[in-house]
Amino acid sequence: MGHESTVMSTHSKSTGLPRKRFYRARAHSNPLSDSHFPVPIAPSQFDYASHYPQIFGETVETSCQRKIEFADIGCGFGGLLISLATLFPETLMIGMELRDKVTEYVKERILALRTGNPGQYQNISVVRTNSMKYIPNYFEKGQLKKMFFLFPDPHFKEKNHRRRVISTYLLDEYAYALAVGGIIYTITDVEELGEWMKSCLESHPMFEALTSQELEDDPVVKLLTTATEEGQKVARNGGKTYQAIFRRIAQPAH
Amino acid sequence: MEDQNMDDGDQNRETEIAPAQIAVHPSQESVSVAVGSDLRVFNLREGLPVKLSDDGHSDSIRAIRYAANGKLFVSAGDDKLVKIWATDSWRCVYNVASEKRVSAVAISNDGLFVCFADKFGVVYVVDTRAFTEETPTSIIKKGVPILSHYCSIITSLEFSPDGRFIITADRDSKIRVTVFPQNSLNGAHEIQSFCLGHTEFVSCLAFVCNQEYPQGFLVSGSGDSTVRLWDFSSGSLLDTCDVGAEAAFADRKEEEGLLPITDLCTVQDGSLVAVAIQSLTGIMLLGCDLSKRNLSVVKVVSIAEETYIPTSIGSASTAELLWMVMGASSLNISDIKSLVRIRVLSGFSKCNAASVETLVLEDKDTPGGEQMLQTLQGKLSVEKEAFSSAAEAVKNSMRNLLIKKQYSAERRDFRKRGRNDIKNKAK
Ligand SMILES: C[S@@+](CC[C@H](N)C(=O)[O-])C[C@H]1O[C@@H](n2cnc3c(N)ncnc32)[C@H](O)[C@@H]1O
Repeated sequence: MGHESTVMSTHSKSTGLPRKRFYRARAHSNPLSDSHFPVPIAPSQFDYASHYPQIFGETVETSCQRKIEFADIGCGFGGLLISLATLFPETLMIGMELRDKVTEYVKERILALRTGNPGQYQNISVVRTNSMKYIPNYFEKGQLKKMFFLFPDPHFKEKNHRRRVISTYLLDEYAYALAVGGIIYTITDVEELGEWMKSCLESHPMFEALTSQELEDDPVVKLLTTATEEGQKVARNGGKTYQAIFRRIAQPAH
Repeated sequence: MEDQNMDDGDQNRETEIAPAQIAVHPSQESVSVAVGSDLRVFNLREGLPVKLSDDGHSDSIRAIRYAANGKLFVSAGDDKLVKIWATDSWRCVYNVASEKRVSAVAISNDGLFVCFADKFGVVYVVDTRAFTEETPTSIIKKGVPILSHYCSIITSLEFSPDGRFIITADRDSKIRVTVFPQNSLNGAHEIQSFCLGHTEFVSCLAFVCNQEYPQGFLVSGSGDSTVRLWDFSSGSLLDTCDVGAEAAFADRKEEEGLLPITDLCTVQDGSLVAVAIQSLTGIMLLGCDLSKRNLSVVKVVSIAEETYIPTSIGSASTAELLWMVMGASSLNISDIKSLVRIRVLSGFSKCNAASVETLVLEDKDTPGGEQMLQTLQGKLSVEKEAFSSAAEAVKNSMRNLLIKKQYSAERRDFRKRGRNDIKNKAK
């Protein structure tokens, strides 16, 4: 009985949604730290049925061939996924988050939304993982259409730059996971990091910048500053943001 | 914290025990052994020990290798130096400085590029086209970084048989296949595939190919006790051979758990794979049927009389011999500092009707004979008690280097508390 009351109190009585303050976590995690969470051996081992139970209903004989197409890397409290879920109801999406409490919060949040809105939010889920190490364990070559890096941790110190979630080396892996034509979205309120991400993308042979017309036409771009918790915080404080949005292009013939 | 673990490793005595390595010239003109910081080369063609015209290494050598055309030889390791040698004179033509300890080396099939991997997972390339006969010996060059495994030790580095790909294996059970571009100095950005299936560190890679399949297939050995066969261009796993389970280890103790694969060597036509396994006295031979895409155990060649567990194996493409070394440095048991023991297996060739006639050669029958053994082993007869100590030491060093430390929750907390950056951040 004590158990039931704890469960209740971590969720808001009026909305049924989990309360963020019960899922507070350390501000930053070190992505280099050893992992203590399970990782699929290969993308084929990813448990779609448990992440998207309604779409991959256990009883369906003809197994569903759909795959995750959007990945929100370092998804934090999940605001972007939730906005995208209804904007692209036919697309499977996953948030990847290193902090376990934050991941638990997002899980609860999605479950509550599914309960409160039958038939909706079935296409989003979250995993606790270190995206810097395990992207190839989750996604096959060219599987993703969009990847999001919204307000990533800045890691200011020079010697910590290799902890940054955008780097030339990691872009090689993102280029592998993205389909040709797929798009990578980055945004930050830290000018130095914004320049870093942009220059990494500009100098990478497998990415090209979207034109300003393309940026204007893309409904997702508008969400970058508004959908996530971090984006909202920056907006409230009137902070400036720096975006770099690039398309995966085919590698020029060697 | 993984970067810290790696730094811890620098102070860790056990990881300093380096398993001995062996490399055979592609047409068996010479054979080289590395033990600790010692590089020993024997000229088989002339039957003479080679005098190296260089000071050599100052810390444990972790990787040695001949170029496919036999002209260059590379050695590298814990002293953060990659030495490139010309095998005609055994002059060290290049000293390449690395920022970190070096864990693996490879030479492109055209013999022009030397690649090396450091303990932080970065692969570097060195263009050797600049050197000519007049180049002064031992210029310090730096490698150009071309790709990286995110903070994982790279355990093996290979070029595919057609030279199109560079393949890297790491201690996180990952194998990555990357296009090796014409202008590799601009980086190797295009990942062809990942070969995923191993559940522990990947320790070694080799290729099997024949006329029908010239691009070949990849074989890998791992801490998960399996050898796997891959179509590396797509990353598909074709077969898994659980050698730990297949081999009836007579003296196997239950508590030993998984038996890691330590090294692999394949014959020219791809039909046979030699497998060195931790705790297996001798060598296991697997038959490889490329048209059926499978691996199967042919037999275990037992070398029981001296508890012989090879730490590294190699062969020349021209001879049907498998060269094996068992050895370790920094043993410090009684007055034995290090152990090197060479054995040579004959009949390492085409696998006919699932049978192979092999023979472990007597010392006097080995190429180069007793003089070769004297040079590479340091002495002719090796103390019996050294073998079991060396096997134990090598096992521990491999465990410390490659198996992830499983800290208890308390210990993890304790480690965290000791770290300043987290201390300062705490409110
Ligand atoms: C500043 S927050 C931004 C969160 C969210 N994108 C937003 O805009 O509100 C950065 C997040 O990335 C997560 N993160 C950092 N490194 C990560 C990694 N290697 N893998 C997965 N998540 C990571 C952090 O735990 C943190 O929640």
